[in-house]
Amino acid sequence: MTQHNTQQAQRKAAMAVLAHAEAGEIAARLRDLALPAHQDLRAPENGLVMLRGRVGGDGAPFNLGEATVSRAAVRLASGEVGFGYTLGRDGEKARLIALCDALVQSRDFGGLVERSVIAPLREQLMVRRTRAAEETAATKVDFYTMVRGEG
Amino acid sequence: MYVAVKGGERAIENAHRLLAHKRRGDQSVAEVTLDQISEQLGLAVDRVMSEGSLYDRELAALAIKQARGDLIEAIFLVRAFRATLPRFGTSEPVDTGAMRVRRRVSATFKDIPGGQILGPTFDYTHRLLDPSLAEGFVPEAPAVAEASTAPTPRVTDILGRDGLIESSPEAEDGASVGDLTREPLNFPADRDLRLQNLARGDEGFLLAMGYSTQRGYGRNHPFVGEIRFGEVEVEFLAEDVGFAVPLGAIELTECQMVNQFKGSATEAPCFTRGYGLAFGQSERKTMSMALVDRALRARELGEEALAPAQDEEFVMSHSDNVQATGFVEHLKLPHYVDFQSELGLLRKLRQEFAEANAPDAMKEAAE
Repeated sequence: MTQHNTQQAQRKAAMAVLAHAEAGEIAARLRDLALPAHQDLRAPENGLVMLRGRVGGDGAPFNLGEATVSRAAVRLASGEVGFGYTLGRDGEKARLIALCDALVQSRDFGGLVERSVIAPLREQLMVRRTRAAEETAATKVDFYTMVRGEG
Repeated sequence: MYVAVKGGERAIENAHRLLAHKRRGDQSVAEVTLDQISEQLGLAVDRVMSEGSLYDRELAALAIKQARGDLIEAIFLVRAFRATLPRFGTSEPVDTGAMRVRRRVSATFKDIPGGQILGPTFDYTHRLLDPSLAEGFVPEAPAVAEASTAPTPRVTDILGRDGLIESSPEAEDGASVGDLTREPLNFPADRDLRLQNLARGDEGFLLAMGYSTQRGYGRNHPFVGEIRFGEVEVEFLAEDVGFAVPLGAIELTECQMVNQFKGSATEAPCFTRGYGLAFGQSERKTMSMALVDRALRARELGEEALAPAQDEEFVMSHSDNVQATGFVEHLKLPHYVDFQSELGLLRKLRQEFAEANAPDAMKEAAE
């Protein structure tokens, strides 16, 4: 894998975690870090994304309906540009995701933000998902087909 | 025809004030919060998101509160709101096969990989009112069992491998995906447009249409191949970022209906399909949608289309409850000018009728 692809995969993996966190949870994790200077490249903005499904689940795409999405972009003083996109209308969350995305790309802060922000939030997400999966598993059922007796 | 009228500003203002008061109800009773609506009336929120065609739980809850629980009014509010926001683009198609399943049942196959999972369902409840819910009810913690890591493939994909069931139609190269919110509806409409229309269509209308096919008006012999509900991840190819960005997850319900088979001289017989997909936990909606989707494929499958549910112009033109309520409810707005001219015509006709039918004696007396 090229370096570019590796970094892209890292950014995407971080975004996949951050999109599931609350703005307050991300802010609380960032608060303890000595962050580099940064500025809004694009102020948070709310809009819509048309969500698509596929005919039969795996066929040709169709438009299912829209979702609200918030987005923002942040630039570090060292030049890295980060983007934040999230379902919903929480502009502050989009800005925090953008900041994290910029930090993930930074040589000086990439490791720190992964350890102090992304990893703990990922852990928290996994706990929530496991819990939901366990509750779901308890409702798994075996249906028996009653065979009609011969006598 | 509706003709604009003037006047009544004060009365209208006061009527809205009264509405706001009525909406709040008895002020000694606690005000309902958006969180309470979203958490405790979750299926109403799901319906408003589906038919409002906008995934946003908080907005749907606000709309329900503002509409005093009138869900069609709430759907109307959500539709109006969506028109105020710019569209950033289109998501990658969601992968329902990778859904984190919370419920998944098949009425056709008992043993499916990943198993049958009831999840949170009204099925098998006794439908008896429960007085203990009236106040202060604290539910037991959910039971837990070891979480399965086994994949839960779509049942139609498993059956599809043997060729027993028709495969989903592939997108044609370079074909654009139709969008009802951007282009006016024309007939005949392709399946992408039909599914978009049904996905935002009124649940009650689709339920009745689906039911009509079961009762013999365009029968298509349906089985529930699978219903699944759970979370799917959404990705959006953001041009500024340069790759598909994860946006988070949404809840979806999917229904795969497996229907009567067809074959021909050149094709071996196989089951046909109808498809339903909607926001949130919307089982009745997706089942109805799948029945109607299948019925609307009559032309494509060479069936005689004689029933209402098989008539795409009829179904698609009447499925939208915002359009429907707009046209029905506009009847209560002032039609005075229109009605005056009708009244004038009617008076004239009645006079002519009276003259034509007057007894001769009266005519003579009059002369």
